[in-house]
Amino acid sequence: MNSSTALSVEDLSFSYGGKKALNQVNFKIQPGECTILLGPNGAGKSTLFSLITRLYDTRDGRIELCGFDIKQQTRLALAKLGVVFQQTTLDMDLTVMQNLRYHTALHGMGRKQATQRIQQELERLAMYDRRAEKVRQLNGGHRRRVEIARALLHKPSVLLLDEPTVGLDVPSRLSIVDYVHRLAVEEKLAVLWASHLIDEIYPDDHLIVLDKGQVKANGTVDEVLKVTKTLTIKDAFYVLTQGEQA
Amino acid sequence: MKLLHYWRAMWGIIWRELWRFVTQRERFISALVRPLVWLFVFAAGFRAALGLAITPPYETYILYEVYITPGLIGMIQLFNGMQSSLSMVYDREMGSMRILMVCPLPRWFLLLSKLLAGTGVSILQVYVFLAIAWFYDIQAPWQGYLWVLPALLLSGLMLGALGLLLSSFIKQLENFAGVMNFVIFPMFFMSTALYPLWKIKESSALLYNLAHYNPFSQAVELIRFALYGQFNSQAFIYTFVAFIVFMTAAIIGYNPSKGMMTRKGGA
Repeated sequence: MNSSTALSVEDLSFSYGGKKALNQVNFKIQPGECTILLGPNGAGKSTLFSLITRLYDTRDGRIELCGFDIKQQTRLALAKLGVVFQQTTLDMDLTVMQNLRYHTALHGMGRKQATQRIQQELERLAMYDRRAEKVRQLNGGHRRRVEIARALLHKPSVLLLDEPTVGLDVPSRLSIVDYVHRLAVEEKLAVLWASHLIDEIYPDDHLIVLDKGQVKANGTVDEVLKVTKTLTIKDAFYVLTQGEQA
Repeated sequence: MKLLHYWRAMWGIIWRELWRFVTQRERFISALVRPLVWLFVFAAGFRAALGLAITPPYETYILYEVYITPGLIGMIQLFNGMQSSLSMVYDREMGSMRILMVCPLPRWFLLLSKLLAGTGVSILQVYVFLAIAWFYDIQAPWQGYLWVLPALLLSGLMLGALGLLLSSFIKQLENFAGVMNFVIFPMFFMSTALYPLWKIKESSALLYNLAHYNPFSQAVELIRFALYGQFNSQAFIYTFVAFIVFMTAAIIGYNPSKGMMTRKGGA
């Protein structure tokens, strides 16, 4: 494996009972790269995320985060990972600050360092003034911002986002998409973003199309368009998934 | 540094649980109402119906209310342990359990911390219950209130570990009703919480055996003796072994490579 590779997935397969959810999945993500994982419902995106986050066991294949095998060196690998799950994982009855402090405690940060990091991340997302508010009082877009801030508190090298913009209004969605793309470049962060919204893809993004548990395309947006002989990602997706809805 | 990480994470988990409990006023009140109704209504009604002989740790004849107080303490911890498991199923459905599971610490440690946090909450409830019972003239020797603390810690851990184990098998929140019917009620009624063993023996040998080997009975006896400044070694060993067994099984249940996690739709 290239020593600079942030996330490497090799020959990964996974089944629920007899039903194959992932079949021989291979890809690599480099630092500073924003990779969009595109696939219809049931393509295997959530299963892939559960395997990368070690919620499920990797039986066939191998996953490495910054060179650490997720199965053999679980804790070292997980320390490099920041995750934003599809469903909100904030405690509604706690304040923004309390939620973030809980996360810093889980990552072993001292009070001073935690306070500093929380301020930095919340300020970047213009949420610092709302730190004392209960999460329940925030709207969906602001909750998502807090979750992104939380995922970055321990300075991970890889950021996973599982359809983080689902249910958000257009301005909130666009601002999150833009922020994460900037993060990848400015912080040299490797981003893996699961989505089924084609307008979240930027021209410079790396694209992985997953369908029925298999990687149907893996490359830059231009490369994918070239291979599929199409002009738009929408058409390319249609060709690759044989007409399924993204 | 590593030890400090463990320490901070454990406190973070315990603090979150305690804070949530204190701020959720309805939960606090409902946790107290249940045993108080049993004490004020059920026990008062049965006082005349149940005659109790002098049995250790009691040195004299006691009122039925006094007898069932340790049982009701056990009830608080039993419900709390199951409530923790309910909250874990809820957390898992809502996803906040995932945040815990993806932090870079061993899973057994995270589960143990979660368990300690739940036990801390149950101990808080027990002391408030004991304070109310004091004003109702159910008073143990003052040392008993100190001795009962380690007993509560162990019984709380054992019942919490049972809840944890169950939560690793429950796929959805709705299944919790099954836990109520098949675990909580049989465990509570087939125990020494409401009636002493010798009384059960008089009516049914089978029930006697079930109650005798029920880990909840042993936890209640551990609490009962501790509340009167006495150490029941048999109850201690039994409760401790039950805790180890339940905890080990729960850790296996939550282990991604061995447990139930891969068989479930959601982790």
